[in-house]
Formats: sequence, C-alpha cells, structure tokens
Amino acid sequence: MPKKHYLNATYGIRSWLLTTDHKRIALLYLISVTFFFFIGGFFAMMIRLHLLTPNGYLLSADTYNRMFTMHGVAMIFFFLIPSIPAVMGNFLIPLMIGAKDLAFPKINLLSWYVYVVGAAFTLYSMVTGGLDTGWTFYTPLSTVYSNSAVAPAVIGIFITGFSSILTGLNFLVTIHTMRAPGMTWFRMPLFVWAHYATSVVMILGTPVVAITLALAGMERLFGLGFFNPAMGGDPILFQHLFWFYSHPAVYIMILPAMGVISELIPTFARKQLFGYHFVAAASLAIAVIGFLVWTHHMFLTGQSTYAALAFSFLTFLVAIPSAVKTFNWTATLFGGSISFDTPMLYAFGFLGLFLIGGLTGLFLGCLGTDIHVHDTYFVVAHFHYIMVGGAIMGYLGGLHFWWPKITGRMYPEWLARGAAVVLFVGFNLTFFPQFLIGYLGMPRRYHVYPPEFQVYNVMSTMGASILAIGYLLPMTYLAWSAFYGKVAGDNPWPATGLEWKTPSPPPTENFEVTPVVTWEAYDFHNRPDLGLDVPSHPAVAPTHGHD
Amino acid sequence: MDALFLFILLTCLFFAVLVTLLAIFAAFKYKRKKPGEIGAAIHGNTALEIGWTAIPLILAIGMFAWGAVIYVNYRTAPKDTLNIYVIGKQWMWKLQQPNGRKEINELHVPVNRNIKLIMGSEDVIHDFYVPAFRVKMDVVPGRYNTMWFRPTKIGKYHFFCSQYCGTNHAVMGGWVTVMDPAEYATWLSGEVGDVDPASAGEKLFSQLACNTCHIANGTGRAPSLNGLYGAKVLLADGSLVTADDAYIRESILLPKAKIVAGYQPVMPTFQGLVSEEQILNLTAYIKSLQSQPVPAKGSGIAPAGMGKK
Repeated sequence: MPKKHYLNATYGIRSWLLTTDHKRIALLYLISVTFFFFIGGFFAMMIRLHLLTPNGYLLSADTYNRMFTMHGVAMIFFFLIPSIPAVMGNFLIPLMIGAKDLAFPKINLLSWYVYVVGAAFTLYSMVTGGLDTGWTFYTPLSTVYSNSAVAPAVIGIFITGFSSILTGLNFLVTIHTMRAPGMTWFRMPLFVWAHYATSVVMILGTPVVAITLALAGMERLFGLGFFNPAMGGDPILFQHLFWFYSHPAVYIMILPAMGVISELIPTFARKQLFGYHFVAAASLAIAVIGFLVWTHHMFLTGQSTYAALAFSFLTFLVAIPSAVKTFNWTATLFGGSISFDTPMLYAFGFLGLFLIGGLTGLFLGCLGTDIHVHDTYFVVAHFHYIMVGGAIMGYLGGLHFWWPKITGRMYPEWLARGAAVVLFVGFNLTFFPQFLIGYLGMPRRYHVYPPEFQVYNVMSTMGASILAIGYLLPMTYLAWSAFYGKVAGDNPWPATGLEWKTPSPPPTENFEVTPVVTWEAYDFHNRPDLGLDVPSHPAVAPTHGHD
Repeated sequence: MDALFLFILLTCLFFAVLVTLLAIFAAFKYKRKKPGEIGAAIHGNTALEIGWTAIPLILAIGMFAWGAVIYVNYRTAPKDTLNIYVIGKQWMWKLQQPNGRKEINELHVPVNRNIKLIMGSEDVIHDFYVPAFRVKMDVVPGRYNTMWFRPTKIGKYHFFCSQYCGTNHAVMGGWVTVMDPAEYATWLSGEVGDVDPASAGEKLFSQLACNTCHIANGTGRAPSLNGLYGAKVLLADGSLVTADDAYIRESILLPKAKIVAGYQPVMPTFQGLVSEEQILNLTAYIKSLQSQPVPAKGSGIAPAGMGKK
C-alpha cells in the first residue's frame, strides 16, 4: 500500500465533513445510502413476514400501508437513485478520465449535505406518523385523505432532488471539460458514457418532480386545489407530472448499473467490449426515449386512446436499446478468456435477471396485456427484477470490483462468491412467484389476500429471508476487509481503465502526473503494461479515427 | 388477450433461453485456461448489430399492433350494453342495476350479454378489477370511466380494487355472479323497495328545486332539459358541446364552466350537496327526458347547422 493516500491524507472528523475530495464524498454517500438500504430492507422484511398468512397476523392495515410506502420511498429516493452515481460515479469518473477531481468539488460536497437535509425531513416523517400514500403520492389520497405525515416526506424528497441535480451537473461539466489528453469521447469507458446519459436525465427530469411535489405539498398544507377534483383540480394531472420524472428515474437507477456491467464483462473476459459505439449510443437513446414513455403507467386511468397508442409504441421502442446492450454483452463473452471472480458472477447474475426484468416489461408496455397485469404483483415482480436484479446486482458487482481501489484491500474471494450465489437464489425465490400471483390476479399493496395466493407468498417470504442473509454477508465482510483484507496492489484484476494506473487507494490528487491516453477502452492487445500474455503478432485495433 | 399473452411469453422465453444458453456456452468454452491469457481481438460486427436491432424491432411492432387492437376494442364499448352504475368509495363498492336494484360489493350479471360499467368515485382513485374477465379500469373522482366485458361462463368471480386507496384497500372487493338470463331476470325483480335511478332522479330534481328554473316547456330562467341528453348544446362563447354524462355532471357541480347561449350564469353549484350516486340518478332522469318534446324556445339544444366548429 502507498504510504500516503486519500484515506490517511488528513485526519479528524472535520477533514471528512468538510472534504472536497470526490473520493471522500463518495464514501460519505456510501455510508448514507447503506443506512437507507437497511432501513428500506427492514420495511421489506416486515412486509414479507406479514404476508406469510392471508389474514396478515403481524401488522395492522395502516401499519402495513406505511411499511410498503416507506420501503419504496427509502429505497427509490434515498438508496437507488443516489447509489451508483453518487458513490461509484463520484469516486470513479475523475479517475476514469484522468482528472484530479470533479469540476465543482465544493458543489459536490454541497450535494451530499442537501441529500442529508432531505433525508432528515423524510426520517422525521417516518418516525412521526409515517407515510401511507404509496411512494407514488397519488392525489387526492395523499393531499386530502391521508392521515400520515405527508408534508415532511414531500419536503424531504423535494430537497433531496436538488442533490441529484447538482451531482448530474457536476458530472456533465467534468466529462465535457476535464478529460486527460488522449481521452477522446470514444475512448471513454462505458461507465462514463452511462453516467453522462444518467446526468442528462437527472438535470432534465428532477426539476419536474420537485415542482410536482411542491404543488402536492401546497395542496396538502394550504388547501390549494391543483389536483383535488372537489376544487376543480385534476388528479390525473398529478400522475402525468409525477411519471414525467419517475419513469425516467427508472433509467437513473438502471443506466449506471449497465455502465458497471459494461466494465465488468470486458475486464473478466479480457476482451474489448463488443460494439462499443452501439452500447454508448444505446445509453443515450434510452435517456432520450425514456422521457417519452411516461403515460404507460396510466393506460387505465381513462386517458385518451390515441395517447395510449403513441405511448405504448414509444415504450416498445425504448426496449430496443436495452436489447442491443444485452446482445453486445453476451457477444463479448465469445472469444474471451473468462474468469469467475465475484464481480463477474454479479455480471452474469445481472445479465440473467435484467433479461427477465426487461422481457416482462413487454407485457406491461403492450396495451392489450397491460389491462390484466397492471397494478398487480406482476408489476411488482417486473420492477424488482430491474431494480434489485439489475441495479443492485450492478451496484454490488461494481462495489466488489472497485473495492480494492477504494480501500486498497481485497475482500475474501470465496466468501464473496458464495454470497453472490446466495443472493441470486434468494432473489429469484422472492420475486419469481410474484409474476405468477400477479398473473393470477393478486393486486399490489394488499395487506390481506384471498387464501389461494398463499403458497406463492410463502415462497416469496422464504426467498426474502435468504436474500436478507445475502445482503448482510457482503455488508459484513466488505467492512471487515477494508481494515484487515489482503493488500490488493494497484491493479489486481488486471483491468484496462485509467483508475487502475494509479495506486490503491489513490492519492488525494488522483494522479501524480496527468496521464496521456493512447489506447481504446478495454483494449488488452495494445497494453503490454498490464503484464498479460499478449500474442506475438498483436492484432492492431482499429482506431475509429476519433482523435 | 390470453393468446397475445402466450405469444409474448413464447417470444420472451425464446430470447431468454437463447441468451442464457449462449452465455453459459461461452462461459464454459472460453473459460480462462492460463492466468495471463487474454481474449481475441474482436471489436464488433455492424451486420450483427443491425440484425439484433431490426429483429426485436419487428417483433415489438407486432406485439404493439396486436395489443393496440385489443385495447381499442376494450375502450370502445359496443352499442347494445347492459349499463351498470358503479360508485367506489373508501372502502366499498356500490353498484346499481338499470332497474334501480342496488348492491354492495356484489354484482349480478346475465351470461352472454355485453356489460358496461359506468364508474365514478366519491373520494380517491379506485380501480375495478375482475381478473377472470381480464378487465380493469381506474375509477377516478371528478370523471366517469367506463369499461365493458362479456361474461361467457356462469359462475362466481372475484373482483378487487387494484388502485391503492388507503387503509382498507385490500378488503375493497367482492364477487361478480354470472347468471343464466332467466335467473338474472328473477333475481332482478326479487327485491322490492328500490326505485329505478330515473325515478329517484326525478324526485331529487324537485327536492333540490331544479324544476323551478329548468321548466319543461322552456319558460323558466334555465333551459328545458327535454331531449337534451346526447344532443349538441350551443354555448355562450359560440362553441358546441355534446350533452353526455360528463357534461351533465360538470354542469351540476361547476355550473359556470359552460354557460348555455342566451342564459345568465345564475345557477348555484351543487358541489358538496349531492353525492356521486345522486348525480347518477339526476343524469338518469335527464336521460329519461330524451324522448320528451323539445320546446321551440327555451332549450339549450343547438339548432341544426349552428355554432362554430
């Protein structure tokens, strides 16, 4: 390990709370989002335990409704949205493009404080009455009829949104202006491309949800009738505004995970990513088309049939770039030299689960079949396959992959492989049965249910228990290995990115000398410095002419 | 719809199995043999990219079109429907047959008839969902949503509320009983005491003193409602509007929203004074005046060829 690095550069609580080092801010985010992950996870366990029996022996109806609402709020706004961008994006984007920090280090710190203030409001709502509106805050339930602490929660999410906007802005400016010499747009790792696309969504989408929640908050607090039909408002207008952000928000959660997978597969197959340009373009296409599909959450609100037709068509279109990515990841494996280190196991897990999650989205985007499965457990299963099977698998895969860079130490490999398998099995056992009960007609957000659905609910709860163990394991051994793990070295895998050309953990200024990039992303053939067996007649990689 | 479901399912299975098998095959075939080994120098293949963009795109357009046909058909009710009024409120369903027979959390319908539900909500958004019939529709306060289905098998089927609506959302459901038409007729006439919606509406119409202004012969301060339902109304701003359920509802709750040409905006709002159910009764009464003679003067109905487009 290097003598001096970003972790021991300065000491004391002030040196952390007032840091402007993107790597330290990433760790602050890591701690805060992990906290919310376990709060959200606790609510999830309560939900699953309660649903073991059809009559729900554990919680009252009102408590159950608070559990699923706060599960959604904690997981979406305070874990999934900031998870990969604010932790890994923050840590890695400057390292990957050869910069000393993000473009606005102080704004980066500000964004964390904004997040913390928003989180405090939301926690206040959770302990003083809770929240029972569903994470979607549909009006007029949330603004007129709910007896829970809606206002502080709405204020909290409103505030936290600005943290997201600031982070997105910081990333965009950094990627545009701070790339090292030779780091052309088409030499950037796809993780950076994915974050570029994500940042666009954050900047354009988040203000809309902020406005929407501000209006809902005013209706609740001051009785202004924006959405309340009794005062001439339109409850469907709320849904339009809400989903205008909250559908693209799904891409804020999944695009960065796709970026992680695009790093893991080439690294552990030791092969350039198949169709680099197509994967990069697919990220942008998802970000753009993702803004034009929001009313597919509203096909059965009585919206115009013509609008439904247009939005269903666009929904099918947005599926195509995801399919293209999946095919490219799979094609990358062919001709590779594949190892099964923990991050790669997560990548395989992601591939399988994202495939199921993506394909089941077709049933929901398709107008005819959505009529039946809309608002049932089928939807619950579908989006958990995307958000847990996709986003969290990507998050954990990335966390293992970059852990040696972040801490300078390795996690225990075999324990980690075991945990990845436990997670995969637990996840499928939890959520696959939910497709079946959804198809059989069990609506979501039910605290009691007809007895014919019990067997699937019991399976789901069993799976959730395994899943819980699967999450506690990495939490424990990663924390342990940060202090006691084997020293990793600068580039243990080895991988091709610039972040691996600096010590682990990196110095505060990232690079002693500004690096100069002369290679394509993931090109193992023209990288004798990695110490691998480059064939004696190295194939010359096409340069694509983008210098 | 189940055929389309199966089609999408098979397409999905095909791609899921294909990609999974390819990945597993590659994982074994290209497993790392020596620690320092690297993969082949392959960067991509444009023909493959075009292929795996185009094929899913074509399949997707197929699914879209098939789904669109089902949806448009579902949103467009046939003419010969048996109309049932449905009111959702926290946390129960009130349903009313055409002859006025009321039910709570129960719906009786004859087999092999097209059934149309006309649905409104007293409070928050609900959703009427009959899984066995593959139909659901949100029930939104402030507007009427409709859905239709044609039960083909006698039996009892669950219905649920599938839009989260607060504390007892999960118990806001019941049973649809599909009956033989003869049995349905007997059942329908079984319970005495209920009046049909139009008569109930007529009673309300005088109780609320609507009839002091809306005088049938057109001599009142407000237009006669004879023949109004389904006709075009000429408004003060010169535009035309069709007098349907939504228009009548709006005119009761927000009378100043659309002023009939030639009349003063003097009608008070009935917001908060009438329930959704009473509005349905008033609407049914106005509907029953459809065949009454329209007075030459004192009606809101636009003369043929009048009004801006």
